[in-house]
Amino acid sequence: MSAPTKEATGSDAMVEIRSVHKSFGPLEVLRGIDLSVRAGEVTVVLGPSGSGKSTLLRTINHLEKVDQGWISVDGTLVGYRRSGNKLYELREREVLRQRTRIGFVFQNFNLFPHLTVLENVIEAPIAALGRPRKDAVAAAEKLLARVGLAEKAGAYPKQLSGGQQQRVAIARALALEPKLLLFDEPTSALDPELVGEVLDVIKDLARGGTTMIVVTHEIGFAREVADTVVFMDEGRIVEQGPPADVLDRPVQERTRAFLSKVL
Amino acid sequence: MSAQTEIHAPSLPFPPGGNAGEETPRIVPVRRTGQWAAAVVVLLLLAGALVSVVRNDAFQWGVVGEYLTTDAVLRGLGLTLWLTALVMVLGFALGTLLAVFRLSGNRVLQAVSWGYIWLFRSTPILVQLLFWFNIGALYPQILGVDTVNLLSPITVAVIGLTLHEAAYAAEVVRGGILSVERGQLEAAQSLGLGPWRRLRRIVLPQAMRSIVPPAGNMLIGTLKGTSIVSIIAVQDLLYSVQLVYHRTYEVIPLLLVATLWYVAVTSLLSIGQYYVERHYARGTAGTR
Ligand SMILES: Nc1ncnc2c1ncn2[C@@H]1O[C@H](COP(=O)(O)OP(=O)(O)OP(=O)(O)O)[C@@H](O)[C@H]1O
Ligand SMILES: [Mg+2]
Repeated sequence: MSAPTKEATGSDAMVEIRSVHKSFGPLEVLRGIDLSVRAGEVTVVLGPSGSGKSTLLRTINHLEKVDQGWISVDGTLVGYRRSGNKLYELREREVLRQRTRIGFVFQNFNLFPHLTVLENVIEAPIAALGRPRKDAVAAAEKLLARVGLAEKAGAYPKQLSGGQQQRVAIARALALEPKLLLFDEPTSALDPELVGEVLDVIKDLARGGTTMIVVTHEIGFAREVADTVVFMDEGRIVEQGPPADVLDRPVQERTRAFLSKVL
Repeated sequence: MSAQTEIHAPSLPFPPGGNAGEETPRIVPVRRTGQWAAAVVVLLLLAGALVSVVRNDAFQWGVVGEYLTTDAVLRGLGLTLWLTALVMVLGFALGTLLAVFRLSGNRVLQAVSWGYIWLFRSTPILVQLLFWFNIGALYPQILGVDTVNLLSPITVAVIGLTLHEAAYAAEVVRGGILSVERGQLEAAQSLGLGPWRRLRRIVLPQAMRSIVPPAGNMLIGTLKGTSIVSIIAVQDLLYSVQLVYHRTYEVIPLLLVATLWYVAVTSLLSIGQYYVERHYARGTAGTR
């Protein structure tokens, strides 16, 4: 296994994950993950609680460091620089620059409560990309209209419903024009009647050709939107393939057991 | 209003203990007899105390009025005010730096911060002040200049009070930073915001909600605490009235002069704190 150089990835993969291991103390949470995600495709990750889904997602934008293996996004190694046969850890400034190309949407939104909706969305373009404020505001207004919240620009997050907050969080992630969007259970903290409005926004992005990895328990959404469904258990990928295969004709016993519980 | 009578209201179930057909019973709150009685007693005691204070000639209210706004007292008050402001600003600036050191990933900075806080919290401010006042005995010259010329009593007061204040401010700020939800930092990191921007724009504004109440406490404590500089002959509010009563022996009325000013300023500060707290609570009010 060798890590790629920027020129030599050679595939049309937007994300390459190779033999990634990660432990928290004695607990090995990721036990050798291999995964490729092609540009423009939607990958849905399923799996029981504690199987390492969030941890995997967090390693992709280096919120969590890997112990072994490597991850590349758009042909660039995440968190490391390769020289010869060594991977050198990048300085924080460089990691931050890489993160601006990867959007992350959290289960509990993590909007900045002291900033208005508009300020939440323009913060990163201005501070991390150095965009002029005027351009950032114009772009943010377009994004808010796209997620159906144009009239909420001046509101504070706590004045919005959970579904509206998550849509703002999606707009905030999109404001950096990322190459890749990561969603960690974007609808799990929502009341059932609000799940649909958030999934609709994500579906719309999928149709627009955004590359996405979505951790979710919404099987219906996976069936409708996913190009690839990945089933994880105990830190390994047990099974992956098109939704019609993994969801309807699972080969592995563990996948079948899981699906029979959530369906 | 005929439209209203047409609406068929569901009949209200009657609470037990009455007859159907009666009007819906009115709600009568519990009578707080004890509270009223207590209020009357407290007011009587206060009035009694006030009368005795006003009537007792030993308080010499005339003398109090005479000195309350003299130049010397006002100059002392002015010094107390700006000394407090300067010590608060410098103390919190240094304290914030120490808090950030303490929470940084850098072991050396953590140790420096911990050591500083340990040292300056474990000795009385009086001792620290006297130490800085006599530092000339240890280092007669600093960078070729006589220490005595370099460090006037007022400079010693600013340095001594600030270094002490910073140790407490550091813990207040650290507590505030820790009160900010971890997800906020992760969101900021995943958006590519740098460490300085994260601190200033995301973490500190949210930390302010838990920093302001203890900081208000410290401000009021510092205002009164500056009176300790009277022992190194800095002419603050307390020292100014002391100078007068050493001359006139009107000890009580002059202490009352100082007291009235301290009370007036702390009252203003308490009101100010209310508005500052309201400012930093923005975005947290309102319902979903
Ligand atoms: N920072 C951490 N320190 C220690 N253990 C952790 C940490 N983060 C995660 N874990 C542990 O790693 C395991 C996998 O966690 P992870 O959050 O990736 O699971 P998950 O598949 O996302 O589960 P869920 O569906 O409940 O979100 C869990 O046992 C969790 O307790
Ligand atoms: Mg998770």
